[in-house]
Amino acid sequence: MKAAVIVFPGSNCDRDLAVGLRRAGAEVEMVWHKDTALPPGLDIIGIPGGFSFGDYLRCGAIAAQSPITRAVVDFVHAGGHALGICNGFQVLTETGLLPGALMRNANLKFVCKTVELTVATTESVFIQAYKPGQTICLPIAHHDGNYVATPELVGELRDQDRIAFTYADNPNGSTADIAGVLSENRRVLGMMPHPERAVDPAHGGTDGAGLFTGLAQMLTTA
Amino acid sequence: MKAKVQVMLKTGVLDPQGEAVRHALGTLGFDGVEGVRQGKVIELDLAETDAARAREAVVAMCEKLLANTVIESYEIELG
Repeated sequence: MKAAVIVFPGSNCDRDLAVGLRRAGAEVEMVWHKDTALPPGLDIIGIPGGFSFGDYLRCGAIAAQSPITRAVVDFVHAGGHALGICNGFQVLTETGLLPGALMRNANLKFVCKTVELTVATTESVFIQAYKPGQTICLPIAHHDGNYVATPELVGELRDQDRIAFTYADNPNGSTADIAGVLSENRRVLGMMPHPERAVDPAHGGTDGAGLFTGLAQMLTTA
Repeated sequence: MKAKVQVMLKTGVLDPQGEAVRHALGTLGFDGVEGVRQGKVIELDLAETDAARAREAVVAMCEKLLANTVIESYEIELG
């Protein structure tokens, strides 16, 4: 599996994401936001957590206009896979590649803790290592993780089995406890929790590792 | 020409910051504040001198960047 991790000014989980992918066997290339083209032969793009452009205007809004983001949108439109974590999820909603929006946590607090998630979707390359309905524990660390969706959108996401993860105990006010969503073609996942911060026993948990090993299994071409 | 863009959360989108301000006002003894909505104002200094063209350009800026129209609405004032 060949992966690219996009680096914006203010990204701070880019190296962790690269480590998570590499541990699963991926070849990873870091790509600076001012680049206009992606490396050839990619299987997946990772958009990392952090505070791109200092969260100016809105979280992810400026990054969504970066030169490389145009290439990311083209890659996805051509059927490519992408994984956006935390700020990466915010960037993906700002580009319109994922529906809904992320706004200030309902309790206005920056929430930094490990939370229980339910694997909500039954079919995705991103959950190969998990069982649908399984509970996993991943860290969250965000101020703007409150997923906003209209009742119509929630209905659509449910009907199409596109809610990837839900919170067991909603920490931020997200509509329908949604912690992660899939795109219509199921090849793009955006999630607020950090699987890359749970890939080594020293992290305090390894529940995130399966997301990357599962991806590697699915996307590695023989 | 100057343009002032006011960006607000859409009606129906819960505004946690506005709610916090409302609580704080109540704590300070300002009774009867039944609702607070918080938004932002963006001032633009434009080279364009034609109002219609300026408005058209600012609408495009709002749609593409200044507002996230999934959750926010905007109002433009030219002057």
